Amino acid sequence: MNLKVKIGNLELKNPVLVASGTFGYGIESADFLDLNQLGGIITKSLSLKPRKGNPPKRIAETPAGMLNAIGLANIGVEKFIEEKLPLLTKLNTKIIVNIAASSVEEYVECVRILDKEEIDAFEINVSCPNVKEGGLEFGRSLSKVGEITGKVVASTNKPVIIKLTPNVTFISEFAKVAKEEGATAVSAINTFVGMAVNVFTRKPKLSHITGGLSGPAIRPLALAKVFEIVQNVDIPVIGIGGITNSEDALEFLITGAKAVQIGTHNFVDPSAPIKIIKGIEDYLRNFNFKDVNEVIGSLQLS
Amino acid sequence: MFQTLAKVVEKRILTDQIILVTLRSEELTNNVKPGQFVNVRVSETCYPYLRRPFSYCDVERDTFKLMFTIYGQGTKMLANASIGSKFDVIGPLGNGFNLDDDFENAIFVGGGLGIAPFPFFTRVLKNKKNIYTYIGARTKEFVVTYGLQNYKIATDDGSIGFNGNVVELLKNDLDKKFFNGKIKIFGCGPTPMLRALKQLSEEYDLICEVSTEEAMACGFGICQGCPIELSDSSGFKLVCKDGPVFNVKEIKL
Repeated sequence: MNLKVKIGNLELKNPVLVASGTFGYGIESADFLDLNQLGGIITKSLSLKPRKGNPPKRIAETPAGMLNAIGLANIGVEKFIEEKLPLLTKLNTKIIVNIAASSVEEYVECVRILDKEEIDAFEINVSCPNVKEGGLEFGRSLSKVGEITGKVVASTNKPVIIKLTPNVTFISEFAKVAKEEGATAVSAINTFVGMAVNVFTRKPKLSHITGGLSGPAIRPLALAKVFEIVQNVDIPVIGIGGITNSEDALEFLITGAKAVQIGTHNFVDPSAPIKIIKGIEDYLRNFNFKDVNEVIGSLQLS
Repeated sequence: MFQTLAKVVEKRILTDQIILVTLRSEELTNNVKPGQFVNVRVSETCYPYLRRPFSYCDVERDTFKLMFTIYGQGTKMLANASIGSKFDVIGPLGNGFNLDDDFENAIFVGGGLGIAPFPFFTRVLKNKKNIYTYIGARTKEFVVTYGLQNYKIATDDGSIGFNGNVVELLKNDLDKKFFNGKIKIFGCGPTPMLRALKQLSEEYDLICEVSTEEAMACGFGICQGCPIELSDSSGFKLVCKDGPVFNVKEIKL
């Protein structure tokens, strides 16, 4: 049975990745699962210099989900290369480094530095809702997404995946721009802007007031965004949003996503990605598929 | 760290609101230090979605106890669990209290459910150190003495024990030179109480460690959801992974 999928030239041993920001720098969850079994690891967003992130409260629970305003807290590219990458590159899985920056130049500089390292691809976060500079301001602008994509693609020979925000009217327009500027694929979706209020203190539950909503609550919304892109743009899509089990993952694959990322559920069940890979295998066996690619995009619309 | 199913073997109602649940798991009871915690998945569905962190209240052979107030949906589900039911638990998590310092008198200061880690700590230090426990609560209805020894109580309304806050009660004893030998303070409770302990430890030049609390999702450092600011404003540490126990000098309260 074949579980391998290809995203441009990037071959994954199976279509299950772990999403940026939900798996640390890639090795912290090693007590709970065999990292080598994953299709790939997408690291926490890195910026050129370390970022402290936002003050507490950074997270709040909401129905079937959570809000976060971490604010891209990270150790910066240099420390990542020194301290984290040596362990990551020993793994037998694809390493995709996620980059978040405050300016086009910073994206390019991060990619330029990391391009020399043993990593397999870049995921470019143009859609974090929790930082003032960059973040959503970029992700909601077609011209900025185009400019960042074009310049990053020109700075590396490795595959470039653009992570899109759902906080726009037509996400497929952004996927189209990413494709035109040479992106290998798009990840869809990042979190929705959300908010929660403590009625006893009458204050927002997050210090940043609004945050990114993730978890099962957003899954149907995410799936509709993936569907919109798949129907309108011929670019590989990596589906993300509230995936908790193999059935959830299969919804995205059947809709046309070439791979999926497990996000918030890594916090709730750190061994979930492996259970999901096994669940996909069971599904293929039970329905007599020999190759996961037979399932991808097999959505029956009539 | 382990992710495993722990079985509910006993439940005890301590007060109208406070409950003690005993779970069994070999993995989760090996090499645990007082001050460490577990992260419990209270529901198999998506409501409530995130795990709930609880201090190890006590550890005995292959069982451990969790003490909590029935506050929201998550704690209600755990409190209502039937004997024999199982919960997906991650642990042991975080860094516990540090026992390497040179001290003869262990002073435990717990505010409200902040006393939760001290029954286990009492078990570990019994017959090795002098233990003095200071319990603070709003009223006598919120006072729990389970597993504690040599305790004094302070209540905000004076309904039992000292009328005032628990740090004032400790300060009185420090002023009276009530303790013989070197002292180390271990605190757990609401932030205003920890802040008062920080001031007190600075005033009397005492070593003080506190167990802190912050909303968290994962419990082991991947979500970055539980920052605590460092005293020198240079950045944040994570309550789950770098804490929950910190030397009070290290953090801003």
